[in-house]
Amino acid sequence: MASGVRAARTAGTVAVEVIEPKPVVPPAEELFKLYREMLLIRRFEEKAGQLYGMGLIGGFCHLYIGQEAVAVGIQHALTEKDSVITGYRDHGHMLVCGMDPRRVMAELAGRVTGYSKGKGGSMHMFAKEVRFYGGHGIVGAQVALGTGIAFAHKYKKDGGICVTYFGDGAANQGQVYESFNMAALWKLPVLYVIENNRYAMGTSTERHASTRELYQRGLAFGIPGAQVDGMDVLAVREKAIEAVKYVREGNGPFVLEALTYRYRGHSMSDPGKYRTKEEVQEMRERHDPIDKLKALMIAEGIADEARFKEIDKEIRDICNEAARFAQDSPEPDPSELYTDVLVEA
Amino acid sequence: MPTPVLMPALSPTMTEGTLARWLKKPGDRVKPGEVIAEIETDKATMEVEAVDEGTIAEILVPEGTEGVKVNTPIALIVAEGESPPAAAAAPPPPRGAEAARPAAPAAPRVLRPIEPLEESWAGAKTVKLTVREALRDAMAEEMRRDPTVFLMGEEVGYYQGAYKVSQGLLDEFGPERVIDTPITEYGFTGLGVGAAMAGLRPIVEFMTWNFAMQAIDHIINSAAKTLYMSGGQMNCPIVFRGPNGAAARVAAQHSQEYSSWYAHCPGLKVVAPYSAADAKGLLKAAIRDPNPVVFLENEVLYGKSFEVPDVPDLLVPIGRAKILRRGRDLTITAFSIMVGKALEAAERLAAKGIEAEVVDLRTLRPLDVETVVESVKRTNRLLSVEEGWPVCGIGAELAALVMEHAFDWLDAPVVRVTGKDVPMPYAANLERLALPQVEDIAAAAEALVARRI
Ligand SMILES: Cc1ncc(C[n+]2csc(CCOP(=O)(O)OP(=O)(O)O)c2C)c(N)n1
Ligand SMILES: [Mg+2]
Repeated sequence: MASGVRAARTAGTVAVEVIEPKPVVPPAEELFKLYREMLLIRRFEEKAGQLYGMGLIGGFCHLYIGQEAVAVGIQHALTEKDSVITGYRDHGHMLVCGMDPRRVMAELAGRVTGYSKGKGGSMHMFAKEVRFYGGHGIVGAQVALGTGIAFAHKYKKDGGICVTYFGDGAANQGQVYESFNMAALWKLPVLYVIENNRYAMGTSTERHASTRELYQRGLAFGIPGAQVDGMDVLAVREKAIEAVKYVREGNGPFVLEALTYRYRGHSMSDPGKYRTKEEVQEMRERHDPIDKLKALMIAEGIADEARFKEIDKEIRDICNEAARFAQDSPEPDPSELYTDVLVEA
Repeated sequence: MPTPVLMPALSPTMTEGTLARWLKKPGDRVKPGEVIAEIETDKATMEVEAVDEGTIAEILVPEGTEGVKVNTPIALIVAEGESPPAAAAAPPPPRGAEAARPAAPAAPRVLRPIEPLEESWAGAKTVKLTVREALRDAMAEEMRRDPTVFLMGEEVGYYQGAYKVSQGLLDEFGPERVIDTPITEYGFTGLGVGAAMAGLRPIVEFMTWNFAMQAIDHIINSAAKTLYMSGGQMNCPIVFRGPNGAAARVAAQHSQEYSSWYAHCPGLKVVAPYSAADAKGLLKAAIRDPNPVVFLENEVLYGKSFEVPDVPDLLVPIGRAKILRRGRDLTITAFSIMVGKALEAAERLAAKGIEAEVVDLRTLRPLDVETVVESVKRTNRLLSVEEGWPVCGIGAELAALVMEHAFDWLDAPVVRVTGKDVPMPYAANLERLALPQVEDIAAAAEALVARRI
């Protein structure tokens, strides 16, 4: 489905189908980059799921499979002055921020070579050098924190903005609206990205949100919003470029809602009884963001199957290497138990 | 070479499961993500998805098998083209209870010899300042010194502070650095913590600590834990401050004392000064500290005047108690407003020939155990005074520490004088009964000294 973007919108009970103009196709080089980044997330997450199954990863592990186009599309609108913060479903965001897949995987496995020396795990990882601020396990906490990072960008007048990701479920948290109010009041450079994957664990938006037009949730504070097909990386990229421009020009915050879908369970231990197999199958088969971009690149004559096979092999090698690195790395030394509690002045 | 498909762990607690059903048979081709089998775990029926592309070569565990241990090979897949992933062939790792439990190193709670408390300003000229003025001066000095320091909170700017602690700061530093927030504790605390992670040094004022209960999630989960969760990468230099404990006649929701709540949590420093000099010196130290500091003030003390050394940079070290009065018969520990009451009680005791040593704890985390233990080793008796509730309080902690480190020196059990174990009543007589009074401290001290074992 390379022509046009279908954004399914529901106002109350009336479903409206909006056909938006087809997103601009960026140059081939960028298409390859978008494709690779999405595929890296997909393969990395599959590998993480596999290692979880082997008991190498423990606890909660929330995979990003299906949602790749969101983090990848948004990142293509950012510069290196900008910062990113998200919740616990964070592996994809970390990879597109340029974090090393080996060290991310090592952290998932609780190894000393991980980004947090094995003390944070899947949900709590940070990389100050690429301005990735986590990785937060409390639903909605990243919204106030991200608003504070945006505050710091403005205070320091460094020209950066903070992209603050949160889920449809998180969109019901009170602190989201406390943050919206301050961000609008003080015109903070923050782009709120709501990743609406239709479920908060097992509770669908129909059952958790009184209004499901989540991009309108900022309107009461004077914050404009837009909705985008989060299964289409080109559409996300294009909308993100507009939204980032608006925020960077000093107009204050913007809410971008990406309609997306996660194929896997909420976390690894989710039996998935709250949705039908057909629903998942339909999204996987007909709306997959990676397949969609691949089809477009083939149709445009940019790459052929052989080229895609090569890319797939390269990405698999990266993920296998990440898994090998994680497994070969030692656990943190017992002496690490008491370090990093406080900065010793 | 065929790749084994291993029995996966599908939940954090799963160690074995039942292979309920195979959806594929030998010879079937599978793609990544395709469901190949169903497994019953301790919680539910779950699907097993293929990780790699290939053809099922053999099924090793037939459907219906119960008690299949995690990591047992259940099938073989032959892949085309590339070699099987390294991970799949790896030996099963140790899991949960089976993993050898490494000996945990001892907690670093070894008592060190006490270094003398150095007060470089001893003997300097002093000026009379209220605690309120001392706190304001501390903030102003630090804001002049470091442009990343800013103050935010309800009414800190135009109103000049709900308790006038920030008087004059807006005029000097402007609205970009003295920020009136909406009444939105959870939100603005999170915002402050985010700003600290991004390199600023916020001072977050709570109108009173009672209202910080809405923000305690960010204080603990975001500010206190992030350094650890980031393996030492992401520190959070922030000060949370405001009046703590009972004021006068404002009843239960406005009169809680929070020391033990925050002192409980690793990743925080917790300070509760009494004198104006300590308020100033400790607040300046807190603002410069690279860690989150909970700074507990007291509304009743704001207007109290003290002599404050008139030196350019009064810095009091966090983590050091101070002996305010020497005595041989018992040690009385106190902090914040209770220090004044303890000193008064000591006066009364002296008139009866009992010499009390009064230790102002000043910092509650890290607690200056050395100074307390050293004092108890001299006096052989400990009376702990605090305004807050007794259960799991600072006194409970001190009693345990003194038992651990000075058991053989104790001549009597540790005694606590605390706020009563009730919400704060409104009626004047009940409120008085609920709070530790000078006579309670004096009476408890007398009884403690009289006790012989
Ligand atoms: C404050 C809080 N409440 C509950 C939880 C448990 N929890 C973790 S994720 C989640 C669902 C969140 O859904 P959503 O915001 O839509 O994000 P998604 O998982 O779909 O990415 C819940 C309830 C939590 N971590 N924090
Ligand atoms: Mg969701």
